[in-house]
Amino acid sequence: MAINQTMTAELFFQQVPYILPEITLAAGALIIMLIGAFMGDKGARLVTWLCVATIVAAGSMAVLHMPPEQVVVFSGSYAADGFSAYAKLIIALTASSALLLSIDFLAEKKLDKPEFPVLALLATLGMFIMVSAHDLIALYVGVEMQSLALYVLAAYARDDARSSEAGLKYFVLGALSSGLLLYGCSLVYGFTGSVNFDVIAAQVAGERSIGVVFGLVFILCGLAFKMSAAPFHMWTPDVYEGSPTVSTAFFASAPKVAASVLFARVCFEAFGPLQKDWLGIVVIMAVLSMAIGALFALQQTNIKRLLAYSSIANMGYALVAIACGPEFGPKALLVFVSIYAITSVGLFGVVLSLRNTEGERVETISALSGLSRSNPLLASALTMLLFSVMGIPPLAGFFGKWEVILATSASGLLPLAIVLILASVVSAFYYLRIIKTVWFDEPRIAMVPVGASTTLTLTGATFVLAALTLVIGLVGSAASIAGAGFH
Amino acid sequence: MDTLPILSILTWLPAVAAVLILFLPQLIKSPEAARANAARWIALVTTVIVFGLALWMTLAFDETKSGYQFVERADWYGMIQYHLGIDGISVLLILLTAFLMPLCILASWTSIEKRVVEYMAAFLLLQTLMIGVFCALDIVLFYIFFEAGLIPMYLIIGIWGGKNRVYAAYKFFLYTLLGSLFLLIAIAWMAITAKTTSIPDLQAFEFAKDAQTWLWLAFFASFAVKMPMWPVHTWLPDAHVEAPTAGSVILAGVLLKMGGYGFLRFSLPMFPEASNDFAPFVFALSGIAIVYTSLVAFRQTDIKKLIAYSSVAHMGFVTMGIFSGNEQGIQGALFQMLSHGVISGALFLCVGVIYDRMHTREIAQYGGLVNRMPIYAAVFLLFTMGNVGLPGTSGFVGEILTMQGAFNVDPVTAMVAASGVILSAAYMLTLYRKVIFGTIVNPALNTITDMNAREILIFVPLVVAALYLGFQPNLIFDQTATSAVALVDAFHANFK
Repeated sequence: MAINQTMTAELFFQQVPYILPEITLAAGALIIMLIGAFMGDKGARLVTWLCVATIVAAGSMAVLHMPPEQVVVFSGSYAADGFSAYAKLIIALTASSALLLSIDFLAEKKLDKPEFPVLALLATLGMFIMVSAHDLIALYVGVEMQSLALYVLAAYARDDARSSEAGLKYFVLGALSSGLLLYGCSLVYGFTGSVNFDVIAAQVAGERSIGVVFGLVFILCGLAFKMSAAPFHMWTPDVYEGSPTVSTAFFASAPKVAASVLFARVCFEAFGPLQKDWLGIVVIMAVLSMAIGALFALQQTNIKRLLAYSSIANMGYALVAIACGPEFGPKALLVFVSIYAITSVGLFGVVLSLRNTEGERVETISALSGLSRSNPLLASALTMLLFSVMGIPPLAGFFGKWEVILATSASGLLPLAIVLILASVVSAFYYLRIIKTVWFDEPRIAMVPVGASTTLTLTGATFVLAALTLVIGLVGSAASIAGAGFH
Repeated sequence: MDTLPILSILTWLPAVAAVLILFLPQLIKSPEAARANAARWIALVTTVIVFGLALWMTLAFDETKSGYQFVERADWYGMIQYHLGIDGISVLLILLTAFLMPLCILASWTSIEKRVVEYMAAFLLLQTLMIGVFCALDIVLFYIFFEAGLIPMYLIIGIWGGKNRVYAAYKFFLYTLLGSLFLLIAIAWMAITAKTTSIPDLQAFEFAKDAQTWLWLAFFASFAVKMPMWPVHTWLPDAHVEAPTAGSVILAGVLLKMGGYGFLRFSLPMFPEASNDFAPFVFALSGIAIVYTSLVAFRQTDIKKLIAYSSVAHMGFVTMGIFSGNEQGIQGALFQMLSHGVISGALFLCVGVIYDRMHTREIAQYGGLVNRMPIYAAVFLLFTMGNVGLPGTSGFVGEILTMQGAFNVDPVTAMVAASGVILSAAYMLTLYRKVIFGTIVNPALNTITDMNAREILIFVPLVVAALYLGFQPNLIFDQTATSAVALVDAFHANFK
């Protein structure tokens, strides 16, 4: 579609349907905020459900309105295609599950205020914009909208020093990365004369100027921070550990999908002709993330920190998929991150369910000992999720890794695949440690029953995962259709 | 016959039963013991039905055809298909699996006291995966079954194992995982290059010489660990010692055979030139395995560990036979796998019998058992002789054929292997003398009782199988001959 059309009212309304999901989210956020303001804290539960409904509606709209081929609207700033539609569906699914998880937790901690769901809704809006961004402005707006909401979610437990620390740390480092991102955008704009991805691609295809490469490096570094890819991962364990667990569950799932999809889009669409330049960066980040994620997790005793390193390692695998290039990468990336995000929500669902006999929540791995005796269902769900994230067939996680390895073979990056499997074996060790604690150790503390919404989400995530194994063919073809939309 | 998906039924029936057992706590609210009993009976009935079906399938199998039979094929995920089928190589391995399973359930009847429900479910799940490995005609489907077997086995060793179970479970899992992930990369590369994951198509596809070399090594990494071959065998003694009796039986009886099966199904037909190039290397490793692990077995003080090392030595005959690339070698290797499945399975069950009574596996704790347990002494003797390879038992046929096969290609290795037979007689007879003969020294043995009816019931089929195969080896060869000859012909067609 032509890019430099003059925007007329008629044209504007023609293009509106493509951003209906975002409009729904934005309008929903404003209306729900009003409802929350009028009902006060007692409306928190209702507001959460309304937010979940809004997110689900937006996600379904994104899929139902998916254009058969990529359509770029609003003067080239916004792309609607299969790639973004698929990502939006996964973001909506995981974000709404994470919200469902929050109901019990926040009520118990007396933190059930309407702000939490509304902020999560706004973060989701940011993520929707990220995955559809087709120019540097939309990219930055999406990233910031998401990040600002997430900073607040990290610091949400106001009276808890750890939470405030996490929020502050996240904010300071996040602001730095936004600065890098913005600086990169300005360099790229300065050297190519445009913020539009297509124009940038056309410019860099003609002549490779060192300024653009500098800009590219800054942009990728900024995005890697949002993805928590090494060496920009330092914030992840601290923020994961300090934030209220519901916020962590939220950080670990949907934003990772959005950030990795945006990363892929920037590499493939805006800087496609510079593949030689970004490939090296992506490969280094991928290898570092896999190595650091696998090795540093070995010594962790806090399950949230462990999952933080696990998510760094998994982002490394996602970067491997991106390194495979626009032809083979998108499908692998979509399959991998969607399965990872769902598993992640499930894992945090388990963490949220853990309490000792006094009913206090616990976060150490040793608290899980003998879980298979005290709560066999929770233990089985956890075991399944862990074997899945390890990539052991026939669980869904295997197919994620299979797609990535297949893509590396197709694009001739086999050495990366070897690093990937070595990292997988090392990480298998610490996932197995959790399973060992759950099944082989004697129970030390009794578990008390968990809240209804937690159970619901946890069961949901486990079942979705189990079902994914059976209908993996569907996921694969959806992802390959979605990934094929690239040019 | 086309209408009945017999392979799918065989594969999935145990899994269905496993799910049923897992839901028992919801169905039976009454005491734990009732649930445990229900789980035992469901597991036993299921495995017996599966054995019946497997027997029927073996009889219906047309051994004169070399292609795949009972084929089922459906699209699944991308190029991966749900593609099952069997030939002369896999049919008897499935029968072996189905044969050993009811015995394992019986052997665990009273010795497993805690978490019976989970135990039976894990075993049934394992059976699904093992049969799946031998049926799969899609390489990724094969990998899925192959790798998924780690999950139940890890839990079986780790939950119901001995003192050092956690260490053994980790070692088993990580060793095997590392091996198999190299296999996965190779599979992905083959899928991209040949644009298919169907095993028959891949067998027909000619991979370039250079590619064959590294693909062969990747497959070897996985199968050699599984087999296990020297020097990557070290996980096996630990896993065997710590696993519960039935776990050891399945490990020795079926899981080790997956490595040999893998060589026959993939390495030889898909990478013939590389297999030929690497044959001396495999011979060397096999020779070392046979002599070295036999010597190691000789020095063991733990009965299970001794038998575990002897398994490694016997698997050395299998690898030697397979890579001799001629008919005797391959037929012998197949026969040796089946025979070893029966004999080593029976030996582990023998250890289980006395372990259940004495709760020790130290050889020094025993002696003079013949005075108290005559039936046991007779049974143990038979399988000791089988393990030594005495003519008349099934152990003899496999060893002589693999040596014959190897002799045609590499007489030195064959001679080294022959010395292994003598060594095996040395350690097995010493073990037998120390445990069974002599006078009772350990006072705890004075009250030990002979085998009960359930235990005798377990051993009857094993005794029959070991002797019958020893006297009538053609029963096996008739089934495997056509496929083995086809494999050998296809292999040699590459070098003409």
